[in-house]
Amino acid sequence: MQTPKDTSENVICETEIEIKNAEGLHMRPAMQFVDLANRFDSDITVSNSETHVDGKSIMQMSMLAATCGTQLRVKAEGPDAHEAINALRELVEEKHFDEPTPKNSG
Amino acid sequence: MEIKKGIAASPGISIAKSLIIDSEDYRIPRRQIKSSQRMIEIQRVRNAFKDAIGELTQFEAAQDQTEGGKIKDIFAVHLRWLHDRSLRKKITDLVHGESVTAEYAVSTVLRQIASHFTKEKDAYISERAADIYDIERRLLRQLLGKKREDVGHLTEEVVIVARELSPTQTAGFNRTFVKGLASDAGGRTSHAAIVARSLGIPAVVALEDFTEYVLGGDTVIVDGNRGIVIVNPDDETIRQYREYSKEFAALEHRLDAIRQKPAVTRDGTEITLLGNIEFPAEAEVVLKKGGDGIGLYRTEFLYLNTESEPTEQDHYEAYAETVSVFADRPVVIRTVDLGADKYTQSKRFAPEPNPFLGLRSIRFCLQNLMMFKTQLRAILRVSVLGDVKIMFPLITNRQELMQAKMIVRDVMEDLGEESIPYNPDIQVGIMIETPSAALTAYSLASDVDFFSIGTNDLTQYTLAVDRGNELVSPLYSAADPAVLRLIRNVIQDAHKAQIDLSVCGEMASEPEYIMLLLGMGVRTMSLSPPMIPEIKQIIRSVTMEDCNKVARKVLSMSSERHISSYLRDAARKILPEAF
Repeated sequence: MQTPKDTSENVICETEIEIKNAEGLHMRPAMQFVDLANRFDSDITVSNSETHVDGKSIMQMSMLAATCGTQLRVKAEGPDAHEAINALRELVEEKHFDEPTPKNSG
Repeated sequence: MEIKKGIAASPGISIAKSLIIDSEDYRIPRRQIKSSQRMIEIQRVRNAFKDAIGELTQFEAAQDQTEGGKIKDIFAVHLRWLHDRSLRKKITDLVHGESVTAEYAVSTVLRQIASHFTKEKDAYISERAADIYDIERRLLRQLLGKKREDVGHLTEEVVIVARELSPTQTAGFNRTFVKGLASDAGGRTSHAAIVARSLGIPAVVALEDFTEYVLGGDTVIVDGNRGIVIVNPDDETIRQYREYSKEFAALEHRLDAIRQKPAVTRDGTEITLLGNIEFPAEAEVVLKKGGDGIGLYRTEFLYLNTESEPTEQDHYEAYAETVSVFADRPVVIRTVDLGADKYTQSKRFAPEPNPFLGLRSIRFCLQNLMMFKTQLRAILRVSVLGDVKIMFPLITNRQELMQAKMIVRDVMEDLGEESIPYNPDIQVGIMIETPSAALTAYSLASDVDFFSIGTNDLTQYTLAVDRGNELVSPLYSAADPAVLRLIRNVIQDAHKAQIDLSVCGEMASEPEYIMLLLGMGVRTMSLSPPMIPEIKQIIRSVTMEDCNKVARKVLSMSSERHISSYLRDAARKILPEAF
């Protein structure tokens, strides 16, 4: 994780996360992600290899169609960027949206 | 100028601006708007979102945590979508950028998103499309629901254009402003067409993709005599149609003049002409057109127009109003013939896969005895006010008839115990509208006072053709030899048992069938009220000898096409101006 300081008070913070729950970023996980992202003042951008989307829009997040194993780049920009990234990473990679992970993943 | 051919469903000519009613059940066609209209449409989009959010928030709050709160979660997800500004912006951008209607923009954007999901191989993702379609329908319901309400507050004359019209919708139209109907779907005997005819609104149905040709506000001519609709007619066409419309009105007027004369053939055979009605208000139309009573009083409207089940008093008041118009002349009240509609289907968890062969009509009543008894009580109570008769629809076997009659006796006993007066000798009859009833008419005849042949359903069930489906509606014909043989059978069995017989289907409203029906032995017909004068004119122009000849000839023919053209020729000779 890198946390370069912006010239203003805004912080830019970025990380790579991997979708680990079996069903991928379907409707309910997308809702959890968006709900969490909306709690922060920072702008949140999520990108896969093809496109960047607004991490606070359920439509745009759903349209990423991220499945189990997809790598996403999450970027936060704003006063609470650091906290936002930590919270989102925890939701996706540690809690896996409170959903099961694939059985064969050990 | 664009001319489209459909099926003539209700006679008359109308020329007016079009008002389009789309349906969330079908694809929304692309419709351009003027750029000055864009802000109005954008505001409609915003309102639709706002109202959909309001509706969904209520649903969500009403859900408990059953099944781990899964249902609640689904609503919560849909709410997030409706709150998503980027979704709303996509839609309003489309309205703004391409000058299209709110409905089209909503439908297009959400379907693009849905198709984005269906393209994904991952099943979990592709299933999301269903959620998106659900959101689309919710928004469209908001947009279209408001538009439907607007139809109730018209201030200028319009022709209503729709993919499909329900009978309830049609009955709700304000006749002062709704001058004509044009629909993509439907057949001549679909219920909406029947309602249009009884209200006297010219209608053309089965126009296939007509809603895609017409823009709201276009001038449209509905020619309900020839089954033609013309969009944006040129001045010459409008002039011709104004002329034609005048001639048609003059013919109607001439026919009305024979109102007071009896329906009797040239060689003295008297025929009874009754009216088919739906609402008490139509009883007056029957009298005005010279009808001798009501041969078919449909009672479904009591159920379809309101959210709650009608009370005994609701039934009583409607029937009493009708009976009072006719004093001692017959009023045949058909017990409720519901099926495949909002009322019965809303009582089920899932719609019936094949409602026309399902729990409808008398079958539904026999399984919902409370409801059935409520109606029977009301009918029996009005039986002391005039010559009221009870008629059961869709009887398919003797056991159903016996069950229904037993319930009538139960209700009579209840009334007797409560000292409420009723006519204990009230006549009870049945509709013959299934092949099974027609084939066993000899046995059913011994337990009823009369038969009434419902030719619409009888044709539909005999030929296995959905009369409302434009893809097969050309196969639907009462002139089919199979249908005619069944009708002849029923008439003969009724005569043998010496019970009354009438024909109450559309066949009795169609000029070309009158000679045939008379020749086959029919002496009572019940028909759409506006058709009474024309049919009477035909009866007064024929002799029984001619009619017998027509019937003999037709019953020896084996092709529907030959029979139809033979009957048309025969009728044309009698009343040329009707064709």
